[in-house]
Amino acid sequence: MVMQTVNSPDRGLTTAPIQYLEFEQPLSRIENDIALLKVEKEETGRDLTAEIAQQESRYQARLKRLYQHLTPWETVLVARHPQRPLITDHINHLVSDFCELSGDRTFGDDRAMVTGFGRIGGHKIMIVGHNKGKDTPGRVACNFGCAHPEGYRKALLKMKLAEKFKLPIVCMIDTQGAFPGVGSEERGISHAIAVNMMEMSRLRTPIVCVVIGEGGSGGALGIGVGDRVAVMEHGFYSVISAEGCAAILWKTHEQKSRAAEALKFTAKHLKKLDLIDDIIAEPVGGAHRDPVQASANLEKYLINTLRELKRPRIETVLRRRYERFRNIASFFDAPSDVAQKPKPRNPKRTPATTRIANGGGGRNVKDPATPSKDAAS
Amino acid sequence: MVERREIPAGVWDSCDACGHMVYHKEVAENLHTCPECGHHQRVNARTRIDMLVDPGSFEEKDADLSPVDPLKFKDRIPYNERLKAAQDKTGERDAVVSGRAFIRGRKVALAVMNSDFIMASMGSVVGEKITRAIERATDEDLPLIVVTASGGARMQEGMVSLMQMAKTSAALAKMDDAGGLYIVVATDPTTAGVAASFASLGDFILAEPGAMIGFAGPRVIANTIKQELPEGFQTAEFMKEHGFVDRIVKRQDLRRELARLIDYCGK
Repeated sequence: MVMQTVNSPDRGLTTAPIQYLEFEQPLSRIENDIALLKVEKEETGRDLTAEIAQQESRYQARLKRLYQHLTPWETVLVARHPQRPLITDHINHLVSDFCELSGDRTFGDDRAMVTGFGRIGGHKIMIVGHNKGKDTPGRVACNFGCAHPEGYRKALLKMKLAEKFKLPIVCMIDTQGAFPGVGSEERGISHAIAVNMMEMSRLRTPIVCVVIGEGGSGGALGIGVGDRVAVMEHGFYSVISAEGCAAILWKTHEQKSRAAEALKFTAKHLKKLDLIDDIIAEPVGGAHRDPVQASANLEKYLINTLRELKRPRIETVLRRRYERFRNIASFFDAPSDVAQKPKPRNPKRTPATTRIANGGGGRNVKDPATPSKDAAS
Repeated sequence: MVERREIPAGVWDSCDACGHMVYHKEVAENLHTCPECGHHQRVNARTRIDMLVDPGSFEEKDADLSPVDPLKFKDRIPYNERLKAAQDKTGERDAVVSGRAFIRGRKVALAVMNSDFIMASMGSVVGEKITRAIERATDEDLPLIVVTASGGARMQEGMVSLMQMAKTSAALAKMDDAGGLYIVVATDPTTAGVAASFASLGDFILAEPGAMIGFAGPRVIANTIKQELPEGFQTAEFMKEHGFVDRIVKRQDLRRELARLIDYCGK
């Protein structure tokens, strides 16, 4: 099988020097020390192997520690890292025989949304996802991953093809949000997103959604309704950007890291709130440090999950999908519910300690028949 | 969003749109529209229901659903305090009032959003009450009418709020499968997360004249395109011109128009 490259060639991230983020400066200093030691070794002929090895292990320890304790704002920076693998990288790494399909048959072809057939493991699938673009011209052509209505309509059209030909769907979410512009409003961005969510809730084929980087609000949710929703370890999924939230509630962008804390949008938080099913592990130091390994983790997750979703009858899959979204994010008090409704049997599927209490009688019922699988993590 | 000034009862005031001095009582009798220019003022949910349904026919449901603070969210003010302030100001628990009613003798399931309550932003209670209204309409085979108004998602509930978009849309798919009739009445302002979910999914979408309807905030768009926005951008009329609204309906005609659609659909 031929591995086909999409849109732009792989820039070979594994060999390119890593661009350090601000909070990674200590790492950059250790790297400099190592480089100096190497030069010294070269020039003086002294045996500095032990010193170099020591610095390298210091580097690895520091890297691991940094990434184990990323703050929410640091997570945003990692998720937006310019070298973070995009949908095109994941397609190149884990999908064989990718056959890109274009156009919404109504207005045009939105490059911010990639759609096409592909094979992963033994599965033929339809892939749908945001593309942020690699280099500057690519990013401009893709509007930095912010799709217009035609992008969402293209996605839906291809997903309906998948339903017709009985192929499961994999959605890769990576966007700041839907494109905010005049054309976007004129062509009905609200309508496009709403219709996608409605149709995805009833498409008669399994759907797996993964936030591979940024999950930006409605623009993410427009391809985000499925049987499983996962977030990559250092990805995030938020109702509004930290900057936007800070500007509205604190009246200043300066408070973005506080807003990031308050919004609780990291994978771990979302999992605790039972808003997502799974977290997919990333290599130490983030997906951009080892994109091939990141894709391998994603591949393992997708293959396992697709196998799981293909087993039951589609009616069962659909019923569970509906119940999942019907009961998601139910945090309220409802005294009369307690009086009227019998408590559902065995509704919990996550330990009580990880749940946020929803007051007296709020519904927070999850389908006990869909156990969470932390595959690949 | 601009906060409208409270108009004290029984005094003269100037119309927000035309600036004409208008007598408050006359405006109220005119269904809170300006007698001079026809500008439709925002009204709270109770007033709206009084104007819309047959007198005394409204039977409220799910009235006891109250919000909690799932994220323990705190900006300059803790979310709990914001909720308390909104509840004290409006006398409502959250931003939707829902139930059953009759409109010109036709029985309907009804949900009305209340822009007085944190700009009718959508959190878990709003999503749940809308979803229950959809389920009620589906189960009882009633036409569903949702009067929308919202600034969007309720940020203080984070992703809990975003997921309400998926929840309501999924419930509407089920209603659609069951052959239910769903009519949206979009009022000022219907934006962001609400516009991009149940407010765009009606079999019919009616809108009040001049209502702001749109997804992204106009300032955000202006920043993106670095130029002035076109005249009348994101109004009901603009949305109709671009194919996303069926009819612009004056408040005085709304009861009749709803009854007419219900009859055409045989419900």
